[in-house]
Amino acid sequence: MPTWAQFVLLSAAKSVVVIIILLTAVAYAVWLERKVVGRMQNRWGPTRVGPFGLLQPLADGIKFILKEDIIPTNVYKPLYIAAPMISVALALMSIAVVPFGEQLRFGSFSTPAQITDVNVALLVLLGVTSVAVYGVALAGWSSNSKYSLLGSLRASAQMVSYEASLGLSLIGVLLLSGSLSLREIVNGQSGTYFGFLPRWNFFPQFIAFFVYLTAAFAETNRIPFDLPEAETELVAGYHTEYSSMKFAMFFMAEYTNMFTVACVGTLLFFGGWHGPALTFLPMVVQSFVPLFWFAFKIFLFLFLYIWIRGTLPRFRYDQLMAFGWKVLLPIALANIVLTSLYIGLTTP
Amino acid sequence: MMHTVLFIIFAVVCVAAAINLLAQRHPINSALSLIVVMGSLALLYLLLGAEFVAAVQIIIYAGAIMVLFVFTIMLLNAGEEELSKSSRVAIVFGVPAVAVIVAALAYILSRGAGTAALGDFIGGPKEIGRLLFRDFLLPFEVTSVLILIAIMGAVVLARREER
Amino acid sequence: MPDNYLASYLPLLIQFLLVGAIAGGMVTLSWLIGKHKNTAAKLMPYECGMAPVGDARQRFSVKFYLVAMLFILFDVEAIFLYPWAVIFRELKMFGFWEMLIYVLVVLGGFIYVWKKGVLDWSRADSDQIVALPDRAPAGSR
Repeated sequence: MPTWAQFVLLSAAKSVVVIIILLTAVAYAVWLERKVVGRMQNRWGPTRVGPFGLLQPLADGIKFILKEDIIPTNVYKPLYIAAPMISVALALMSIAVVPFGEQLRFGSFSTPAQITDVNVALLVLLGVTSVAVYGVALAGWSSNSKYSLLGSLRASAQMVSYEASLGLSLIGVLLLSGSLSLREIVNGQSGTYFGFLPRWNFFPQFIAFFVYLTAAFAETNRIPFDLPEAETELVAGYHTEYSSMKFAMFFMAEYTNMFTVACVGTLLFFGGWHGPALTFLPMVVQSFVPLFWFAFKIFLFLFLYIWIRGTLPRFRYDQLMAFGWKVLLPIALANIVLTSLYIGLTTP
Repeated sequence: MMHTVLFIIFAVVCVAAAINLLAQRHPINSALSLIVVMGSLALLYLLLGAEFVAAVQIIIYAGAIMVLFVFTIMLLNAGEEELSKSSRVAIVFGVPAVAVIVAALAYILSRGAGTAALGDFIGGPKEIGRLLFRDFLLPFEVTSVLILIAIMGAVVLARREER
Repeated sequence: MPDNYLASYLPLLIQFLLVGAIAGGMVTLSWLIGKHKNTAAKLMPYECGMAPVGDARQRFSVKFYLVAMLFILFDVEAIFLYPWAVIFRELKMFGFWEMLIYVLVVLGGFIYVWKKGVLDWSRADSDQIVALPDRAPAGSR
């Protein structure tokens, strides 16, 4: 087999494996959310399907496919169908540049634990995020329903407003690492400060992390920024008119985006796959320890998402817009100026 | 080899989307075609080794400027356009202009294309940064004034002063 | 080949084709499997059981447009900061001063926008709004 065919096959295989794992993880993130929020509200969450309700995601998936697929009369059909596809496809795109660990070894064969390592990985992520607005905007517009249109206008305006702060919050990390490659950013965080504190960007850049986290919550339309689908005023926001699998696709896109946010947060601020070496484990599993740390940090991020959902109420829309522009943006700018001043003064 | 194949694919997509932009009668379809044009342009930049510019093309053009277009179409409730009879301006100025461009392109191509090898220069963020912040400092600083003027222009256009 | 520049982007193309196929497959599959029993009421736009009044596509507040416009400008600003941040250690304090001038000029525009009240979403003076369906709390007009 020629080398290029091997290369294409290997990367396609990697993509398939990563997408399958990601979609499974997304399904179980929904289960985890229902379980945890259930316990926070003093109820059980799903218990009926399988032990601890573990088969619930499977049951939900089957139900979504079997449900009647309604396309209302007044919708603009091509875009109405395209919108959920855009949302899901773009959500699944960003995982391609995320590194999960160093090298994966299976006997003599080894390959980087990443679909592809590009020089401008962070910009690819930002590009995908910026184009993702269309899924929401077109869904609302093509539905030709008042709730949908209002929800999608709100959602798009919210997403672009917080995208500005999101983009600016990452610059503090870039000042420290001097690279846009996610792999190099993570490698710059190995080692420790003062011999005990992990050399994570979180410690010098905790302001940037706060801005990033807030902006990312708003980007993914999660509580406390879930205005676009504020049930009490807008029914279900931009996906009011969607049913069956198309509705599920928006849902999947939302949860996949949560994973992307968790991945980027882990890579940029929490040292990616770096963690204590677990030397007591046998050699066979040693190469998977970084993967474990990465997955563990992602889990903590997701738990934070769910915890906040169980705790905070929703913002009012004017508060939300004012917060994004008047609070987050100035903080992000100030952080850039301060960080660059410090680095400029201390670099010989 | 693969380079050429990819170039042809993306170039065809780009031109087809541009033609579709003109042919569509609903503004939202035209806007979406323009997004496809921007995306395939970004891929063409990528093939030339300009990875930073390609990413910027997506983020700014496809992700920000086109959002404004789509927003405007949504806000104004722009519906289907009616086909007008071809305007006189288009015939008097447009056709000769197209002829001039085609002639110029044909002349340049007939003289033989340049021989710059692809991939000699990778336009990554560091290379762009060195050029922008060392050699072309003044144009960079002037951009900030441009942004300032654009901000003011947007506000002035969008809201009338209270009287 | 994997060391090659183009080869690092090829997997992105493969991923794109894959996710496109997945997205298309989901829509088609559910359309084929799900049953279709359409009634006129089922195909109406959802308005909590009321009969829909008028067209959904009305004109909306110009503020949405302003937000998109401001977003473009701050996005452009941020894009310039990326290559700057990446080579900041080479530029040192010189880089700090050139960026400070840049940020201060843009900040001037930001303060102008702030003072003009563009960022106050709830302030709804009548002549800048075409139609305001999601009006802020009472007393703002």
